[in-house]
Amino acid sequence: MGASVGIHIEGLSKRYGEGDTAVDALKEVNMSVAPGEVVGLIGPSGSGKTTLLKCLGAVIEPTRGRMTLGGEVIYDNGWKISDLRVLRRDRIGFIFQAPYLIPFLDVTDNVALLPMLARRPNGEARARALELLTALDVAHRAKAQPSELSGGEQQRVSIARALANKPPVILADEPTAPLDSERALAVMRILNQMATQYQTAIIVVTHDEKIIPTFKRIYHIRDGRTVEEAGEGRALQ
Amino acid sequence: MISLAGRDILHSWGKFVLTGLGLGLLIGVTLTMAGVYRGMVDDAQVLLNNSGADLWVVQKDTQGPYAESSSIRDDVHRGLLGMPGVAQAANVTYLTMQVRKGNTDVRAMVVGFEPGQPGEPSYLVAGRRITRSHYEAVADVNTGFALGDRIRIRRHDYTVVGLTRRMVSSGGDPMVFIPLKDAQEAQFLKDNDAIVNERARTTANPALNRPGVPGLLDAINASQTSNHNVNAVLVRVKAGYAPEAVAQEIRRWKHLQAFTRAQMEEILIAKLIATAAKQIGMFLVILAIVSAAIVAFIIYTMTLGKIREIAVLKLIGTHNRTIAAMILQQALGLGLIGFVVGKIAATIWAPAFPKYVLLLPGDSARGFVIVMLVCVLASTLAIRAALRVDPATAIGG
Repeated sequence: MGASVGIHIEGLSKRYGEGDTAVDALKEVNMSVAPGEVVGLIGPSGSGKTTLLKCLGAVIEPTRGRMTLGGEVIYDNGWKISDLRVLRRDRIGFIFQAPYLIPFLDVTDNVALLPMLARRPNGEARARALELLTALDVAHRAKAQPSELSGGEQQRVSIARALANKPPVILADEPTAPLDSERALAVMRILNQMATQYQTAIIVVTHDEKIIPTFKRIYHIRDGRTVEEAGEGRALQ
Repeated sequence: MISLAGRDILHSWGKFVLTGLGLGLLIGVTLTMAGVYRGMVDDAQVLLNNSGADLWVVQKDTQGPYAESSSIRDDVHRGLLGMPGVAQAANVTYLTMQVRKGNTDVRAMVVGFEPGQPGEPSYLVAGRRITRSHYEAVADVNTGFALGDRIRIRRHDYTVVGLTRRMVSSGGDPMVFIPLKDAQEAQFLKDNDAIVNERARTTANPALNRPGVPGLLDAINASQTSNHNVNAVLVRVKAGYAPEAVAQEIRRWKHLQAFTRAQMEEILIAKLIATAAKQIGMFLVILAIVSAAIVAFIIYTMTLGKIREIAVLKLIGTHNRTIAAMILQQALGLGLIGFVVGKIAATIWAPAFPKYVLLLPGDSARGFVIVMLVCVLASTLAIRAALRVDPATAIGG
């Protein structure tokens, strides 16, 4: 697989339990997202979205299959990376349904925490945080506490945090769920901008009808199997 | 790397300080309990120090004069003075009683002593020493008496001519020093009705009131109203003599009990206050357990309140030891706040206690180490809970 692919999975399966009670949450899932691309992953409740996200996020181990990240094989019927914590820290960004900012850190340190965890000097980490906050237009709230931010500002800070260690892939778990249409579309606009600017592959798990038309490519997941289709790719103002 | 624990404490400092305040008061009580025990030990040692004796000679087969009653004749000291190694020997009496102070009573230990001999107050903070043979007193300032005050002891009034400090019994009662003869009278003197009654009984007894023996009845009556007993003889040993060797000679030849300083300390500390010490020790253990439980509960509750943040931290790659260190540092921070508050509180309220509370720096240092250890132990429950958090819970579904 070439380095031009952000994340690529082939035949990824996940089975919970054994014997008669076994449940196949994922069945031979294939997916490929290029750097700079934002794809949607949609499906009804219980279809396997969250399981796929957890496998992609190296939080749970798939049963079998193959997964590459930035061209490197990280899973091939078994993890090829010894420290998944470091993998998550340095190479995967996470955006959650709620921002889940650390309440006792200010905005800058919420973003700078990841580079600091990666043992980068504090000054460098904070400079990176300010760069991202500026790009996301929340630099004026750099010293504010998360509780002092609006919902939209908090979500932008969480996007900055996901980008802090320049990961090749970002996994966004329903990032627009609590937002109204205008703010949801604003978040999608930012994700697209960041994907392009930082050449990051972004997978957005959603069932938010407001943002589905904005994807150029969508993976439908149903009963643990994915089907790829072209999206509307509606322009974001 | 920033201090997550420090930031969390700063973020919710009000909660931390209030919790630390509550914990601190508990630690203050614990330190005070230790101070009460130290005060009791110090009272016992002060009593021995102030007596200025190397040996305590008391009635045979007793552990007097402080732990048990002891009565010996007041001319015994003359014989002791003739023994090798004895430099000074002085009679003393000890009587714990309620002395009148105006319309109220003060519990005090009345000490009868001979001026210039072991047993007299070693220093004064005001006034002068007793110079008259009768009816003058030196009082510890804790009795509340001032110079010139009149103290009522039995049937006589004594004028306070001097004040001393930290002269207390092993029970912590302040001392009042009066001349030995007065003290002997006070210790054994009966009231007038009892004396009249006793004389009538003696007169009616034909064995004691013999017509052919003039003066016998008067002699018997006189002996009944005089006292020639003391509680102990305090002995100072000559330089170059071992107190234990001198004590052995006294036991052998005088048929009296003689205790050295070390033996008297053993009686006072290991025996007289042993039960109280165990009582306080039990309190200390219970307070330590309660403190540990409170710290554990607080830290555990605080950690449970941050489960989602901990899941996010673990998901984004925070090491388990970083999360454990955060919880541990918070527990230690809470312990530090608690200890500082407790130490200040104990220092402020210790002088208000009716008995001496001695807060030793060594006890404080030990207390600090124990508080920190208790916090470390208490945080393990919360750390276990935090380490069990699955990072996957940060992702919905």
